[in-house]
Amino acid sequence: MNAFKNHLSLIVALLGILFSLQTFIIVERAIDAYKQNLANNYSLVVVSKKNITEKTFQEKYNLVSNVKELAPDNVIKKLNSGIDKKNIELLKLALPKFYRLQLSHYPSPNEINSLTKSLLRNKNIMKVETFAKSHDSTYKLLLLFKSVISVFAVSVGIITILLISKELKIWQFKHTERMSIMGLFGAPTWLSSAVLFRLAIVDALIASSLAFILFSYLSSSDWVVSELTNVGISIKIFETLSDFSLMLGVALLVSLLLASFIVISHKEEV
Amino acid sequence: MDKVIVAQNLSLGYSKDEYIIKDVNFSIDSGSFVFITGASGSGKSTLLKSLYGALKPETGSLVVAGVELKGVSKGKLNLLRKHTGIVFQDYKLIKEWTVEKNIMLPLLVGGYDKKVQQDQVEKLLSHVRLKHQALKYPKELSGGEQQRVAMARALSNNPVLILADEPTGNLDDYSSQLIWNLLEGANKDLESTVIVVTHHIPEAMRVEYKHFHIEFGKIHERI
Ligand SMILES: Nc1ncnc2c1ncn2[C@@H]1O[C@H](COP(=O)(O)OP(=O)(O)OP(=O)(O)O)[C@@H](O)[C@H]1O
Ligand SMILES: [Mg+2]
Repeated sequence: MNAFKNHLSLIVALLGILFSLQTFIIVERAIDAYKQNLANNYSLVVVSKKNITEKTFQEKYNLVSNVKELAPDNVIKKLNSGIDKKNIELLKLALPKFYRLQLSHYPSPNEINSLTKSLLRNKNIMKVETFAKSHDSTYKLLLLFKSVISVFAVSVGIITILLISKELKIWQFKHTERMSIMGLFGAPTWLSSAVLFRLAIVDALIASSLAFILFSYLSSSDWVVSELTNVGISIKIFETLSDFSLMLGVALLVSLLLASFIVISHKEEV
Repeated sequence: MDKVIVAQNLSLGYSKDEYIIKDVNFSIDSGSFVFITGASGSGKSTLLKSLYGALKPETGSLVVAGVELKGVSKGKLNLLRKHTGIVFQDYKLIKEWTVEKNIMLPLLVGGYDKKVQQDQVEKLLSHVRLKHQALKYPKELSGGEQQRVAMARALSNNPVLILADEPTGNLDDYSSQLIWNLLEGANKDLESTVIVVTHHIPEAMRVEYKHFHIEFGKIHERI
């Protein structure tokens, strides 16, 4: 019971940190997925006098990932009544080319501006339609979302620091006495702090295992999966290997730092 | 005879402007048994603290077992402490350890093997009549029982130097006698130097002893 209580407080603090860390990672992943969604749905239309191949677009403009030529058939159909086939072909040649450009990622308004400018530097390109209005508002929404997340991350950071510093005081109180007494019987620092480091490592292992179980459960839970599918985002909540390694690393780092801090700040009382 | 402790112009205190022990000279022979008396607050515990290096000399020098304690390195101090058994006035038992493990502490630090540790603990537990409490935690013991655990711990690795601060302060006559017997035994059989702070020097001592008295920051030998 006693031993259990010794462990509990640090494990809870560590779990808190791991939980917020993973939540933050999940949110980041969701934003990225959402941005990819937006990028897939967003495109520019370029009007050009001459043919431009997809390759040329991609080579000259890094941002461009995909080019689709828009067939002018619809326009022609509207004009079409008595024009014979041969003339239609001629007309087709005379008409400017329309291209739909898809981009590799969701661009910022600045990126769009500079892309537009460099496109227009090409003599053949007559017009670039960026659908700026709707793009801008979507982009602003995304920025807002990001800043909300940043505020969240900062508050989690502050809470974490508070949790840990409170834990530090408890630990100091708990371990200083034993370390002093061991020191009075000639124990070197490594021996008098061994218990502390063992506790730190064991607690980090326990906390990251608990977090592992929790997130493995969440990522396989039907409810969570269907909620995410409903908003049209498909991400992995928990990458078993990489996320777990990160958790373990963070938990070990935090608890070992905590232990080292106590050992370094330990003074023999008179 | 070898001196285990030599103090020259030694002053001790907790602040620069007020010394508790003021400019004293004394020495203690190796293998001797010494009582230190003095009124409450006279500086008995303060003197003992300096002998195990928890309080550094403010002036003068203090040499224990050949080691100058003024500006001593951590490593040397640890080595000295490994051969010193201390009974603190407030016991200083480790709360989260059992009685048995507390007694083992000096053996643990000394790196003795498990079998020796176990045998030594058995022996000392029976000497201080606490075999039945071996697996209890300090807070589950009476004050006198805790004091006997502290005594057993101080003796567990047969230290060369034993420093005991009022080791019978909380004990009845019977238990006090147990403690005196143990300290006499360590002094006689193992030739440990024993320094005991006490308010009452027992009537019937089986070993020769010296008596130092502390008053007004000075140490006098009483003959
Ligand atoms: N950690 C400390 N910090 C500051 N002053 C202290 C400290 N410990 C003791 N003192 C002061 O030093 C003086 C001597 O204390 P000490 O503990 O040596 O007395 P003592 O002779 O052991 O008394 P007692 O018989 O009551 O145990 C006291 O006046 C006390 O107030
Ligand atoms: Mg005292």
